[in-house]
Amino acid sequence: MGKWTRRGFITAGVLTTGALVVGVGIRPGHRAPKLAGMVTSEDETLINAWVKIDTDNVITAIAPHSEMGQGAQTAITQMLADEMDADWEKIAFMEAPATEEFANYALAREYAAGNLTLPRFMEGTVDGVFMAMTKRMELQITGGSTSVRFTGQRGMRIAGAAAREMLIKAAAKDWDVPATQIRSEDAYLYHDASERKARYADFAAAAADYMPPAQPKLKSSADFKIIGKSKQRLDIPSKVDGSAVFGIDIDLPGMKYAAVKAAPVIGSKITSIDARGVSTMPGVVKIIKDDYFVAIVADGYWQASQALGQLDVRYENSPAKDLNQDAIFENFRQSMSAAVSEGKEKKDIAYGDARKALDSAAQVFEAEYSVPFLAHACMEPMNATVRIEGESAEIWTGTQNPLSIRNAVAETLGFKKDNVTLHNQFMGGGFGRRSSTDYPVMAAKIAAQCDFPIKMIWSREETTQQDWYRPASISRFKIGLDEAGQPVSWDQQYIDKLDPPEASHPIYNLSDVFVHYVESDHHIRFGPWRSVDHTQHGFYIESLVDELAHAAGQDGYTYRRALLADKPRHLAVLDATAKAANWGRTLPDGHGLGISIVESFGTICAQCVEVDMSNGEPKVTHVYSVADPGFVVNPDGFAAQIESGVIYGLTAALHGEITIEEGRVMQSNFHDYPIMRMADAPEIHVETINSGARLGGGGEPGTPPTAPALTNAIFNATGQRIRNLPVMTGLTSSV
Amino acid sequence: MATLIVNGVSHEIEADPAQPLLWALRETLKLNGTKFGCGIAQCGACTVHVEGQPVRACQTPLGAVDGLEVTTIEGLADADGQMHALQQAWIDHQVPQCGYCQSGQLMSAAALLAETPAPSDADIDRAMQGNICRCGMYGRIKSAIKQAALQMPQPSPEPAMQETGDIDAEETTNG
Repeated sequence: MGKWTRRGFITAGVLTTGALVVGVGIRPGHRAPKLAGMVTSEDETLINAWVKIDTDNVITAIAPHSEMGQGAQTAITQMLADEMDADWEKIAFMEAPATEEFANYALAREYAAGNLTLPRFMEGTVDGVFMAMTKRMELQITGGSTSVRFTGQRGMRIAGAAAREMLIKAAAKDWDVPATQIRSEDAYLYHDASERKARYADFAAAAADYMPPAQPKLKSSADFKIIGKSKQRLDIPSKVDGSAVFGIDIDLPGMKYAAVKAAPVIGSKITSIDARGVSTMPGVVKIIKDDYFVAIVADGYWQASQALGQLDVRYENSPAKDLNQDAIFENFRQSMSAAVSEGKEKKDIAYGDARKALDSAAQVFEAEYSVPFLAHACMEPMNATVRIEGESAEIWTGTQNPLSIRNAVAETLGFKKDNVTLHNQFMGGGFGRRSSTDYPVMAAKIAAQCDFPIKMIWSREETTQQDWYRPASISRFKIGLDEAGQPVSWDQQYIDKLDPPEASHPIYNLSDVFVHYVESDHHIRFGPWRSVDHTQHGFYIESLVDELAHAAGQDGYTYRRALLADKPRHLAVLDATAKAANWGRTLPDGHGLGISIVESFGTICAQCVEVDMSNGEPKVTHVYSVADPGFVVNPDGFAAQIESGVIYGLTAALHGEITIEEGRVMQSNFHDYPIMRMADAPEIHVETINSGARLGGGGEPGTPPTAPALTNAIFNATGQRIRNLPVMTGLTSSV
Repeated sequence: MATLIVNGVSHEIEADPAQPLLWALRETLKLNGTKFGCGIAQCGACTVHVEGQPVRACQTPLGAVDGLEVTTIEGLADADGQMHALQQAWIDHQVPQCGYCQSGQLMSAAALLAETPAPSDADIDRAMQGNICRCGMYGRIKSAIKQAALQMPQPSPEPAMQETGDIDAEETTNG
């Protein structure tokens, strides 16, 4: 935390309502996630955290992070509340609006209440530093497990601590006592010697006259009262009585409903439609043909979708139409071979000299692994509601990427950005899917042709077939081993380097490494999918290491330990996982136990999967997961994220497969893209380690270790190595 | 014209009898707690009770529920607003993540407990098999159902269950 002042700025002011607002602007010094189409600037991103103390002594945390069930809003509110000594029972969260100027004091003022009285010391800041920083921020994404790590750690804690110090200063002056004699608790200030007591709100206005501390003192973990506690999520009560409002639940006066269909070959154009008989169907109001989709607007969604089913749509004859699954993988293999034979490998990471070390290796181990395309399958189908009036547009949707959506809609409609307002809603699942701008842009195009608001809803089939997919990929390893079976040369080749860059970098102690890739050439669009590249590389590397272990006559746990001997955090996680699973015990007949360890988004997570193969098909009985995210802000919330990541990983590993034939996605709904259900869900044991290391993420790190731990367990049970996912396909094809 | 009795209130609905109940609840009655997930009775997000039985509203035509009692998530609490034991258990176990499937999960669970107040694990698995939770909170759902079951009144003589014909058949094949 010592370096934050070089990157961050604190500001404060008082609203005319008497509320105190303290804000922290931070450039986190962390490379923006270079997810396709989401980054408009190479500059560092700016994260903002604000706190508002209202006159009724209610404290509100304000930050630009949306809620898709990951509990981030609750966790970062805990971080604020603890540093502030707030009353947890009287605290709220408010999602910051989608505007790049949210970093900007003037806009925050407008947002938080309007008519802010600006303290004099702020004037230079508003026009100077903050404005300059504002221009850098074009990104406001919930993803990459960043909320707690950056906004919480570098924003909320500092804002809370600064606000508290300013309140104490104001009270000290009024009470004419030294600030050091004032203590704070549950949003009250106390001077015990004189038995004085006041609410934070009583000094909110006075506190704004003080310069925010340049470096507020943060609590040590021993003093935490709210951070590190399993506080109940703030959003959960509304999710048990049907009152939570998701994007799909928006209801506007005069609104009509749109059902849509895009070309089955993603990105292809629509050439013509035959609407005969459709326009007279009940409830149909409008038929819209765009270059890339058709929409039926009707009085009700069911009427719109019934009519859409009757519409005859013709598509262009795109070259992608000839592409099928086998050809995609065959192209991968050819380009990989060609890159090596022609010396055209794209370097990912290299140290030592892997090729030279290979020449002197006692033995060489080679293996090829593959993973398929995957859809996100959010429970809430894609949807957006748009109202256009004159040169202004309002959008209601659930998104991980509000600012990009606002900008994309403004560009599509030719409106000024300032005239486009995004009202972000709860997301019925995100997992990376809701970071794309396609669905709100489509809704805006439909609304532009209507003189009433429209709610566009994609069918489940459209949601499955017009996704942005976890890429299919292949990886080849050529590993040089010494006589004892220890790796002396590590050569990995794979398809497509996306994000994050370290996903393909081995965590193991290796001397000679060359990791390289080739780029794919197909029309299936890339989308970030829970943990992004870690899902592929976790499976590749952790399957390979398991194979190396067995080739060396060792078990996967012991072999990994030796390769992680100089990494105490990894070892601690690995050991705790093996202990939790009682590694080495005699397993029931037909059972197998597999282990894996993946570091992603700053969190180290190891898992043991126990599988029962006695019926020939895998039945996962137990998953033991241990993670070290540095420090756990909300233990139960973190555990829930790991449990979720495990089930998400198991669904993908066992069943997940999007296949392409004639350029189209073949799967359409949950009958052919199955999701794990309760009867198949294992018992999940979660432990966490507070190592004190820099904070890691929670939403994604539970997923990458699951698939390899499962396939390693299947190998342990049956001797059958699954090198191609999903397991259910691999079991029948890779024998 | 169909008569819908939803959460105890009677409504006359002017709509095609083939239109699924889901859209009448959401668009006509503005009861948005019941969710659209798949449209083909594969995910359970639209689960409501018809005469106490869990059905998938996305595949239940209005014509099939004419005059019948429908209960949605908005009607799961009692008339005084006291939460159903399941709802409190859902909070206690911090069940929802994204929360989108939870109305359907709760309605399936409530139907289970009404019929089987002390369900076994297998009973729970069977009753909940039609409900997908993409956030994977199955362990918590199961724990919460068990907690709520402890608070359910002991079985008394069963109220006569009304046959709901087609709806039940659809439910068992698709669910």
